Amino acid sequence: MSTQLILLALLMGAVTYPSRALPLVMPGIERLPSVVLAYLRLVGPAILSALAAVSVGIALDANRHATLQIGFEWVAVIACVAVVAWRRNLLLGLVIAVVLVAGVRAVFAT
Amino acid sequence: MAAVAPPADSASLELRASRRRLVIDSLGIIASVAGFGVVYGLSARAAGFSLVEAVGMSTIVFAGGAQFAAVGYVASGVAWPAIVVLTAFLNARHVLYAAGLAPYLAARGRALRAASAFFLTDETFALSVAHFNRIGRADLGGYAFAALAATFVPWNVATAAGVLLGGSIPDPKRLGLDVIFPAAMGGLAVGLISRRRELVAALVAIGVGLTVSIAWDPAAGLIAGGALGPLAGLAVDREVAE
Repeated sequence: MSTQLILLALLMGAVTYPSRALPLVMPGIERLPSVVLAYLRLVGPAILSALAAVSVGIALDANRHATLQIGFEWVAVIACVAVVAWRRNLLLGLVIAVVLVAGVRAVFAT
Repeated sequence: MAAVAPPADSASLELRASRRRLVIDSLGIIASVAGFGVVYGLSARAAGFSLVEAVGMSTIVFAGGAQFAAVGYVASGVAWPAIVVLTAFLNARHVLYAAGLAPYLAARGRALRAASAFFLTDETFALSVAHFNRIGRADLGGYAFAALAATFVPWNVATAAGVLLGGSIPDPKRLGLDVIFPAAMGGLAVGLISRRRELVAALVAIGVGLTVSIAWDPAAGLIAGGALGPLAGLAVDREVAE
């Protein structure tokens, strides 16, 4: 069984780990000014919202050329977000999103 | 008659309630991670990866987007240095995740923080920052659950399943499972929004993220949105104070 690509995995891991670790282990992280702490507390909602929008709204071709993708998946994601805002229940929101998308795809596949 | 247990303090009750919600929220994440893990395993197998190589990459790199890209580039014969540079670029957004968790974990030992960092992915961050935000502090048990039980283990098991079972597994996209990831990220973001500045940060991040993604690259879009959105949120807050 080939193991040659394990070396590539190690190199990829070596460039990934610093981005995960540096802000957590750098000296002085426990003595940040209040404005920096306020900024960092906003990173969560900002990056998760961007991640949701880019994941559902951007399609990549084989050359990583990005285009805006408008499809029913947007409706499903917005439905999930609305359910979470209304009922504070992520699992219910996800079930609704999956059922919507699977249902629409099944209808259009037939 | 059984002895009456002393009443648990409110912090402990709050922790238990938040952990219950963490576990329930994780169910959708596990389905998403497992679905994409299987697809990654299938792609890796089709690109000529052995089981050890596919699972080794899931264990060592533990970053879905970069792994999918690597499989495509390996299959196309792209040189390793280019793949490594692309990986660093795709995973640079983790800086923001680590920075976002840093205030919560600052009081913990450096070795523990360094070990926790290895498991910091989109899903681990989303689940744990929502959990920390609910209880107002860090909870390493909750972080370990989000990182290991909800993400690392399902990702690696699903990778192996994808390689071993091959085409006998139904396409997760046909079942609508591909929508779980964006829906879960959006739902967890909503849980973090309670004031106008968080809402502004989220909306600006979406606008910037989409714009930069189309103009340049989605990895750059995520970094730009995640970095500029909070600045807009802070600016709004300052205006309100004035």
